[in-house]
Amino acid sequence: MSKPENSNQNAHEFLKGLWDENPVFVAVLGMCPALAVTNTAINSLAMGLATTFVLVCSSILVSLLKSVIPKQVRITAYIIIIATFVTVVDFLLAAFTPAVHKELGAFIALIVVNCLILGRQEAFASKNTVGLSILDALGMSAGFTFAMLCIGIPREILGSGSLFDVLLFGDGFEPWVVMILPPGGFFMLGFLLLGFNWYSQKKKERELMKKN
Amino acid sequence: MGIKSSRELEDGSSNQILMNQKQNNIAPQIIEEKEPSSFKLIFALGIAGLISGIILVGTYIYTDPLIKANKEAAMQRAIFKVLPECTSYTALKLEDGKLIEKVADTDKKKETDKEELLIYAGYNANKQLIGFAIPGSEPGFQDIIGAIFGYDGTGKVIIGFEVLESKETPGLGDKIFKDADFKTNFTSLVVEPEIIAVKKGQKQNPNEVETITGATISSKAIVRLLNKTMAIWQTTINEYIKQNNITVINKHEQARK
Repeated sequence: MSKPENSNQNAHEFLKGLWDENPVFVAVLGMCPALAVTNTAINSLAMGLATTFVLVCSSILVSLLKSVIPKQVRITAYIIIIATFVTVVDFLLAAFTPAVHKELGAFIALIVVNCLILGRQEAFASKNTVGLSILDALGMSAGFTFAMLCIGIPREILGSGSLFDVLLFGDGFEPWVVMILPPGGFFMLGFLLLGFNWYSQKKKERELMKKN
Repeated sequence: MGIKSSRELEDGSSNQILMNQKQNNIAPQIIEEKEPSSFKLIFALGIAGLISGIILVGTYIYTDPLIKANKEAAMQRAIFKVLPECTSYTALKLEDGKLIEKVADTDKKKETDKEELLIYAGYNANKQLIGFAIPGSEPGFQDIIGAIFGYDGTGKVIIGFEVLESKETPGLGDKIFKDADFKTNFTSLVVEPEIIAVKKGQKQNPNEVETITGATISSKAIVRLLNKTMAIWQTTINEYIKQNNITVINKHEQARK
């Protein structure tokens, strides 16, 4: 489509992560947290926010240091930066929200290997200005958090009959336990990917029709 | 014929590729800047490590007291839950086979040396000993289950039970701390001669625990945890009570009379 003009390039860098280049539904990155910690809405949200913090902070640092870091050791340097912020998040969550920290457990440390974060450093932050990198990081993590909630909210509603720990149904509702077990994550992700792909295919077809 | 011609084609094309490669090889070498020395690379990574270390140490110093306070608060809440009527407690540690009161460490180095086995003696508002809160752990279905239970020293009954840490299956195994019926097993559970797991609805003796349907492995792990932990502490607790000549307030005993 038409090239984004300078005035709305900022908006484009932010919005692309939400929809067109959504890290989970389009790029299929960060599958480990998307499947493992989406059994409740609150866990999904906490994981999304923790990832946001790490992604934004490391993008700022990487884009600031892009001329200092030698190319040959850039991946190592990115990993050091990312791991630092992940450990900071780990400490902060344990200090201020021990309940969430207990729930997310080992998956906080595993944010280090979330390819979404390393991918944005290599593909974007190491080549762009600080401002654009922040927008890109915010957009991508908003897209990630959105995707986590898309998986987490239905899983909690169906699997526990509640939303953000508020019970929705009466005693008559029998929870679908499978939805909060690991298979439930695969089911939900599968359905969402199906829907996303179906939608984008329809969109492409419509554009082709217009051109013809 | 066909084979020969294709071979000729291959030879021709491979020659072309070789030529291309030769041309390409010369070009990038001129454009590409000189490789930085190993020293420079190591230096860059060293600096990155140093900065990262400083950030982490700073965060650790700031959050460590908060994290410790959180853990202590969680433990305190658990102790008050498993020992109803408990208003204060002291930590007891095992030394030379005897229980002695753990003095609050002023020397911080000692604390980090090793994890001590601790139990907690709970007192009621009148400063009378009402029982002991004993932490224990045992492998469950997925990971080690950490729990704490209240033990009434003279009556030899368990009077309360709380799970501290567990990764049991949500919806099934996690009933060990979500199911209210299961918890009623531990309001007056006799520990002698041994705690036994029975199926739901078949409890006949005071030393039996009704397991949860669908969470048999997790429930049995709890029973193992209780037996194992009692085996470690029971004799020392008995001696502690005898030695200090403490009369433990025992509601169950009084009720029987």
